[in-house]
Amino acid sequence: MADLSKEQYLALYRQMFEIRRTEEQLAKAHQAGLVHGACHTYVGEEAVATGVCAHLTAKDSVFSTHRGHGHALAKGVPPREVMAELFGRVTGCSRGRGGSMHLFSPEVGMMGTSGIVGPCILQATGAGYSAKLMNTGAVGVAFFGDGASNNGAFHEGLNLATIWDLPVIFVCENNMYATEIAFSYATRNTNMAERARSYGMSAVAVDGNDVLAVYQAADEAVRRARAGNGPTLIEGKTYRTRAHSEGMPSLGTYRTQEELDAWKARDPISTYKAKLLQSGAAAESDFEQIETAVQRLVDESFEFAKNSPYPDPSTVSNHIFSAS
Amino acid sequence: MRELTYTAAAREALAEEMARDPSIFVVGEGIGQRGGNFNTTTGLYDLYGPMRLRDTPIVERGFIGMCTGAAMTGTRPVVDFMFVDFILDGMGELINQVAKIQYMSSGRLKMPMVLRGSIGISGASATHHSGSYYPLFVNIPGFRVVVPSNAYDAKGLLKTALRGDDPVMFLEHKALFNQKASVPEEEYFIPFGKAAIVREGTAATVVALASMIRKVNEAADTLAKEGVNIEIIDPRTVAPLDIETILQSVHKTGRLLIVDENFGPCGIGAEIAAQVTARGFDDLDAPIQRLNGVHTPTPYSPPLEAAVVPNSAQVLQAIRDLLAE
Ligand SMILES: Cc1ncc(C[n+]2csc(CCOP(=O)(O)OP(=O)(O)O)c2C)c(N)n1
Ligand SMILES: [Mg+2]
Repeated sequence: MADLSKEQYLALYRQMFEIRRTEEQLAKAHQAGLVHGACHTYVGEEAVATGVCAHLTAKDSVFSTHRGHGHALAKGVPPREVMAELFGRVTGCSRGRGGSMHLFSPEVGMMGTSGIVGPCILQATGAGYSAKLMNTGAVGVAFFGDGASNNGAFHEGLNLATIWDLPVIFVCENNMYATEIAFSYATRNTNMAERARSYGMSAVAVDGNDVLAVYQAADEAVRRARAGNGPTLIEGKTYRTRAHSEGMPSLGTYRTQEELDAWKARDPISTYKAKLLQSGAAAESDFEQIETAVQRLVDESFEFAKNSPYPDPSTVSNHIFSAS
Repeated sequence: MRELTYTAAAREALAEEMARDPSIFVVGEGIGQRGGNFNTTTGLYDLYGPMRLRDTPIVERGFIGMCTGAAMTGTRPVVDFMFVDFILDGMGELINQVAKIQYMSSGRLKMPMVLRGSIGISGASATHHSGSYYPLFVNIPGFRVVVPSNAYDAKGLLKTALRGDDPVMFLEHKALFNQKASVPEEEYFIPFGKAAIVREGTAATVVALASMIRKVNEAADTLAKEGVNIEIIDPRTVAPLDIETILQSVHKTGRLLIVDENFGPCGIGAEIAAQVTARGFDDLDAPIQRLNGVHTPTPYSPPLEAAVVPNSAQVLQAIRDLLAE
């Protein structure tokens, strides 16, 4: 086990639990009609964002995908602002303009989730360029799925970051499917790290359901980037245990019940808790405290979001340009 | 006559043409066994298998480019792009290649490619899933651009698209997918460049597209009760554009309003207004007016989303204003 303080161990737990509870609330809210558009949850994949973002500060930039609630939360966007955004309220992190697939909170370095698959990879590369040019020591981080890794943006972004030694972390969340298309159908080389290495960059594959494994890989990658030694790709092998998008069947015909059950048994949150308990790194009461506090936060966030006003339609054309 | 939804009618056109022509194949994400995100290909995979219903990775530029080569070498690709927003990633392939190859080969090569999928603002889809963008394609020589407003037209126009040898952007508004219309069992085709006169009238001409037809019809119902009869024209294809039918109508009514969910600047309304002014100036009793969606990225929140799409009350007011000129 990694050599962390008790506070650090528990902070990772708290972060994963916060993402889980927030999204469970969002899923319920979606069923109740409070979430107006699409809602892709990150349930089952929380360890990846948590393990990576633990190494980032507000000046590091995260660029994300359509499945981005976990990235936003782990980067420090408060749950109330994520919920309010999905409820279409003016108090949301994008003031109601974006919803799930357009979560922006530049104040904390959350540079957007995206409804288009691919751009985050190139934009994180650009953040790496800024950091290098201005010598800020910051890193750019892209989170994206296995599906995105077959898009041209992946190949172009990885190559650029490598030839210019940019401080970028490419985090591929390989959950084995792009909607219903299996990764093994969409590419003949399913070894993501090997694909990245073919561009000449450092790459590592980790168990994406093991927050400590992700944490360690990200630690190395961020150090490498900050030291000026170029980009790293981290492949987190993981699984989404809910539907591709809320409202779609959670199992579908493209995966089996056995597969789903096997991954549920490897849930990143409960397995981590068991590990900490077993090693004596934390006690049952520590978890109780965290779980109660997070549940309260999520409940309050839900009330806040639900009771927030909608944006004023007269503001609809504000901010198309800088001076408005 | 039987009724079909817009989606079912278009799917029937595709099924009929695939049965007839073995060189037609479909590419897209989830269009195989899954039958398409919008049920565009349901049932066809079982009939024709993976060579003709080809699930792709997330490679919009890639499959457009690949289909370009396929279309140049004897097959007839159908690109099922799900949301038009996604093929913006392939804009270079579309504009520099697809649209130009017939011309640059002096007509010795054909480009029988149909690109079809959803457009339009609906259901808080937000700005990466709400685009329409058809004026972009109208502006480029080499594209046929089809924007059907109902199930009957969707089938007849898709049949024509699949028989032709030109690249066709076949754009299906999300708000129309489940709307039903009478669709005959017998085969039929609707030619490109032939507008439909949706409703006859003499007081004013309203040209509208896709989901706006229903809103204009509602306004026309209200006005009819007041004894005012509006003529409604649906161009159905915006490239080629049937300006003759519009001119004839304006000759009769003397007044023209163009209602389009899409943006105003350099849009379809601007083009129609310019052509009617040039050729029908003497027929006009009032300035030509446009009612467009607000020129802004599409916001998510329902009250904001509603604020950017022309609604029935605005359509009614725009017609009243035009009549008062
Ligand atoms: C350019 C583009 N093409 C297609 C889509 C539709 N789409 C949304 S999510 C998705 C699958 C993404 O798979 P992956 O990258 O593995 O992420 P996951 O959903 O598994 O987290 C697709 C095809 C899109 N949003 N953008
Ligand atoms: Mg995936």
